[in-house]
Amino acid sequence: MPVRFDLMIDHLTIVAVATAFSVVIGIALGVAAYWFKYLERIILGFSDTVQTIPSLALLSLLMIVFGLGNKTLIIGLVLYALLPIVRNTFTGISGLAPHLREAAKGMGMSKIQVLVKVELPLAFPLIFSGIKIAVVTSLGIAVMGVLIGAGGLGYPIYRGIQTRNSALILSGAVPVVLLALIFDYGMSKIEYMLTKRAKNKNEKERTTCETNLSA
Amino acid sequence: MIQFENVCKRYGKATVIDDLSLTVEEGQFVVLIGPSGCGKTTTLKMINRLIEPDKGRIFVNGSDITRVNAVALRRTIGYVIQQIGLFPNMTVGQNISVVPKLLRYTNAQCDEITRSLLQLVDMDYDVYAHKYPSELSGGQQQRIGVLRALAASPPIVLMDEPFGALDPITREALQEEIKKIQRKLKKTIIFVTHDMDEALRLADTIVFMNGGRVVQIASPEEMLRNPKEDIIKNFMGKRISKVDYNSLLAADIMRASVLKVHKTKLTLECVDLMNRRQVNTLLVVDDDERFLGIVTIDDIKKHGRAGKEIGDLVSTETSVIGAGDSAKEAFERLVDSRSGYVVVKHPNDTVAGLITKTSMVKAMAEAMWGEQE
Amino acid sequence: MTFMAKNSGLIINETLNHMRLVGISTLFGLMISVPLGILLSRRRRAAKYVLALVGTVQTIPGLVLLGFAMIVFGIGSKPAIVVLTLYAILPALRNTYTGITEVDPGCIESAKGIGMSNIQTLLKVELPLALPSIVGGLRMSVIYIISWATLAGLVGAGGLGDLIWTGLATYENNFILTGAILAAVMALASGALIGLLQNIMTPRGLKVRR
Ligand SMILES: Nc1ncnc2c1ncn2[C@@H]1O[C@H](COP(=O)(O)OP(=O)(O)OP(=O)(O)O)[C@@H](O)[C@H]1O
Ligand SMILES: [Mg+2]
Repeated sequence: MPVRFDLMIDHLTIVAVATAFSVVIGIALGVAAYWFKYLERIILGFSDTVQTIPSLALLSLLMIVFGLGNKTLIIGLVLYALLPIVRNTFTGISGLAPHLREAAKGMGMSKIQVLVKVELPLAFPLIFSGIKIAVVTSLGIAVMGVLIGAGGLGYPIYRGIQTRNSALILSGAVPVVLLALIFDYGMSKIEYMLTKRAKNKNEKERTTCETNLSA
Repeated sequence: MIQFENVCKRYGKATVIDDLSLTVEEGQFVVLIGPSGCGKTTTLKMINRLIEPDKGRIFVNGSDITRVNAVALRRTIGYVIQQIGLFPNMTVGQNISVVPKLLRYTNAQCDEITRSLLQLVDMDYDVYAHKYPSELSGGQQQRIGVLRALAASPPIVLMDEPFGALDPITREALQEEIKKIQRKLKKTIIFVTHDMDEALRLADTIVFMNGGRVVQIASPEEMLRNPKEDIIKNFMGKRISKVDYNSLLAADIMRASVLKVHKTKLTLECVDLMNRRQVNTLLVVDDDERFLGIVTIDDIKKHGRAGKEIGDLVSTETSVIGAGDSAKEAFERLVDSRSGYVVVKHPNDTVAGLITKTSMVKAMAEAMWGEQE
Repeated sequence: MTFMAKNSGLIINETLNHMRLVGISTLFGLMISVPLGILLSRRRRAAKYVLALVGTVQTIPGLVLLGFAMIVFGIGSKPAIVVLTLYAILPALRNTYTGITEVDPGCIESAKGIGMSNIQTLLKVELPLALPSIVGGLRMSVIYIISWATLAGLVGAGGLGDLIWTGLATYENNFILTGAILAAVMALASGALIGLLQNIMTPRGLKVRR
């Protein structure tokens, strides 16, 4: 059974491009939902709804509009990846302790500066966990791209099912599952490190406060 | 009657209960006290078999508890914990009647029990029975926790630091209530605390534990007089000190914070205030803060009409004493008074405070054992 | 409109077929995951491994699992239902488990301490308190399976996916639109419906906050 590295690279490229878009759009929407109260329900509701739509249904609808090919698959993946990123950005920022924000404002930072220098960095561990979920789901959903004329590891799987050829199915399935597991594992590790570092930092800050108090 | 016979409990290599023998007589209020980790909770939980001993035997009313079904045993023993553990999915009424329901009492019986128990802690059935625990204050929640433990009339009640998480004022109120309930219903109560004040206030017998062993078993009086080891002395702290009892004044034994209202306050406002502050009596004063008399909730109920001024209802039949009079005098007045309190006035007739039985006992405890807290 | 009229029989048939697939596998999924979740809450050390294992299965794309299932079970509803059931297990299992393990330990100690047997503690305290979480898991399960069930057409199990396949194969957009929209509506409606159910099933005492 030949290992189709070309397909694997196709697959990863598609997911990488889609993830890049969904990170930018997702964080922007998450921030928008946080900044503009009236958008909160619309944005969170929208990404929630998109996630609920069956992937085959969404992809085939997109195909009617955008035609066959990788572009359509990427649009679908971006839509799917929005929810975890938007939601985690939103909860990450709005869950921060208010005193941090006040302190930053008090130092004379503008709204944008507070966002870029304080809020986003502090919310990053949570945002990253959203990105992880997005990447792992995208790797899976990208398999369906074959149905709308996109490339990637879906092709051998689909052909295998049609011709009832298990070797062919495996040649696509094994790399897909491995990729999903590797990304899940690796990104969980990074997430853990990020969270731990954030915690340590907080703890250090607290101890300095305490030392100041007792001094 | 509860009996521990050479009971041991080990976790791994650590011996947490070391050859414990202990007898608790029926109807006694026994307080287990000792430093953190000394095995109080473990001892308590072995009584209702939430923890099984490794060695030794425990008897409840003469029968070895390992021979009784654990669930059946627990239904005859009430259990109250610090975390309260009310079931948030059930109303106050349902929480109280959980055990009666398990015992297949009828709905009418359960209702009756709930009513009479709520009455015991002055909570109105109609107001509270259908509320959920999350709608109650911490103190109210713990009251319900206690009532739930009492619902099936267990002769024995185990309490593990039940008031530990409450603010001092609420804690004191609940201590009084639990003592009252214990006397009234003649329960055997085993109560864990690490607060010596609480132990002294509640216990018939104090069991002092350390490192899984009993250090001393004695009445509060005896323990104060003859603490057996240094660790107990440390627990007693400043309480062991001497004061000249005869120099005490009425002002020394009163409670200074009392609920005063101006005479022009309207009746309904007063009722509301009394409800909120959970008192049944208000002291009425005039423009110069001078004491006019008192009004009880009963007076208002009997004679009051909505919209009338409270000043018209005051009763002057109250024991009154000057702040500079001797404490002994105040004590006699208190004993004679029917209302259970004495109003303390400054020389210019303004209110200085109120002497109640609690404030009296507290002051005496302070005098004997030093400042509390 | 003529398209609808001409194919109404087929459309209704496949919609019902889809519902049947989803219904059956949800039922199987729940029958496995709720008892297993309860069991795991009693075996917390084993729980970690089981949940990790089930989570891993979940990362396998639907198309892949379906392919394997077809190799083992052949063509028809059977491979589809097996795969869909597998997908139904994880969310419901994880939510049952966390729902129960997150019940306030004080509540459980009290329940035991006042004389509830293990089974009574489970039925009267743990499950009612975990119920909102379990139903939340059910909601995710159902949405997942409605989505993956569109692939069932590939192994000859029918369902709304069949309409989409037909459309994709014949470049007949009407088929695609009908299948995709019906599947989307079914997913959104079930999500909303179960969300409502979740709200109803949440004990009132858990909703009121002071
Ligand atoms: N499940 C357990 N496993 C191991 N050790 C335990 C366990 N439960 C209790 N211990 C140990 O047994 C000792 C006694 O515990 P216990 O809870 O009875 O203390 P306590 O007197 O109630 O303390 P506190 O006042 O802090 O509640 C402690 O040293 C504790 O660490
Ligand atoms: Mg304890």
